Amino acid sequence: MLAVRVLQEQGIEVEGINFYTGFCVEGHTHAIRNHDKDKQKRNNALWAAEQLGIKLHIVDVIEEYKDVLLNPKHGYGANMNPCLDCKIFMVNKAVEWVKDNHKDGFDFIITGEVIGQRPMSQRKQTMPIVAKESGADDILLRPLCAKNLPETRPELEGWVDRDKLYDFSGRNRKPQMALAEQFGFTDYASPAGGCCFLTDKNYSDKLVDLWKGRGSREYEMDDIMLLKVGRHLRPKPEFKLIIARDAGESKFLEGYRKQFVTIQVVSHNGPLTIVDGDICSDDFELAAGIVARYGQGRDAEQVEVQISESGKELQTIMIKPLPSEKVLEEWHV
Amino acid sequence: MSEYELDARRLLCPMPVIKTQNKVKELAVGDILSVICTDPGVLSDIPAWARINGHELVGSYENDTEITITIRVGS
Repeated sequence: MLAVRVLQEQGIEVEGINFYTGFCVEGHTHAIRNHDKDKQKRNNALWAAEQLGIKLHIVDVIEEYKDVLLNPKHGYGANMNPCLDCKIFMVNKAVEWVKDNHKDGFDFIITGEVIGQRPMSQRKQTMPIVAKESGADDILLRPLCAKNLPETRPELEGWVDRDKLYDFSGRNRKPQMALAEQFGFTDYASPAGGCCFLTDKNYSDKLVDLWKGRGSREYEMDDIMLLKVGRHLRPKPEFKLIIARDAGESKFLEGYRKQFVTIQVVSHNGPLTIVDGDICSDDFELAAGIVARYGQGRDAEQVEVQISESGKELQTIMIKPLPSEKVLEEWHV
Repeated sequence: MSEYELDARRLLCPMPVIKTQNKVKELAVGDILSVICTDPGVLSDIPAWARINGHELVGSYENDTEITITIRVGS
């Protein structure tokens, strides 16, 4: 928001591009859960665009992003986050956008990066790498730290007044907060970053487990969505249970009934569970016993469980819920 | 003026917005598009997207399982 407003203050027209990789952390994902229902539901990119009075183009890059995640030239961060390759990819996509929309008169690209703010992609050494490898070269301007970097074409051509750009650096966000106040921004999204699930250890662990379980690093959109939902347990290498944690998640998982084997306790209230992977009928009792553990019948002698598979006859079994000590810690993904 | 329907069920935001955005590119000014969704986030996102891109929110309807948002394509 700050970088855009800095340019708007110079009378420059700006439009936003937001790339959706599938790994973006959005309030809506959390809003599936009951306890998050009161959280404000908004897409921060749309919200910011509206505050700034700019158009926003949201681009689905889910398919193209797979190569970034699976083959990052510059490696991963602390988890499965390929931040530097990701930044290069996104700036490159913006370069393509500028070329494709040349008739609309886009001249250069800005980002809100600040030197030293992020440990992987926003270092003084990596900023030129992003400009070079993305193909943006000298049309990539970082208004918030431009004075710490060599002059770019927009500055050299006089399209932008370099004197009115900034020299922010480091992890301290106080200068940005002061500028936000100066611009009258009282609310802003993600002030400490962290907008990507790939930086999250729990999520990254689930992703690695998914690949290991399948023996392949292929993934589809539904896979990465389901990693955000439910309690994941892998009692056998061949299958994983995704157990809803509340009614909101059960409702969300309902949409997957046709694609997956589902398990649900019907004699008591309990979560809907989907089975990801190959489960054989010999394992139904084990899976049902685990699922029953997470329902209101967990202390009952027996509960009735339905196992449903699209195109097959519904199976009902009676089972004693697994006691907590038998739900092994290593099953939890 | 024509009326269209878009199925965005089971998609989490911003995918319903992206699908709406891409569908609207194929439509003419004045056309009506109803987007059927299951993510409650669309109640804020599709109207916000419509406002910043010059489209009109005609209405929204919600039942126990689905949300339908209707917009009129602007210029």
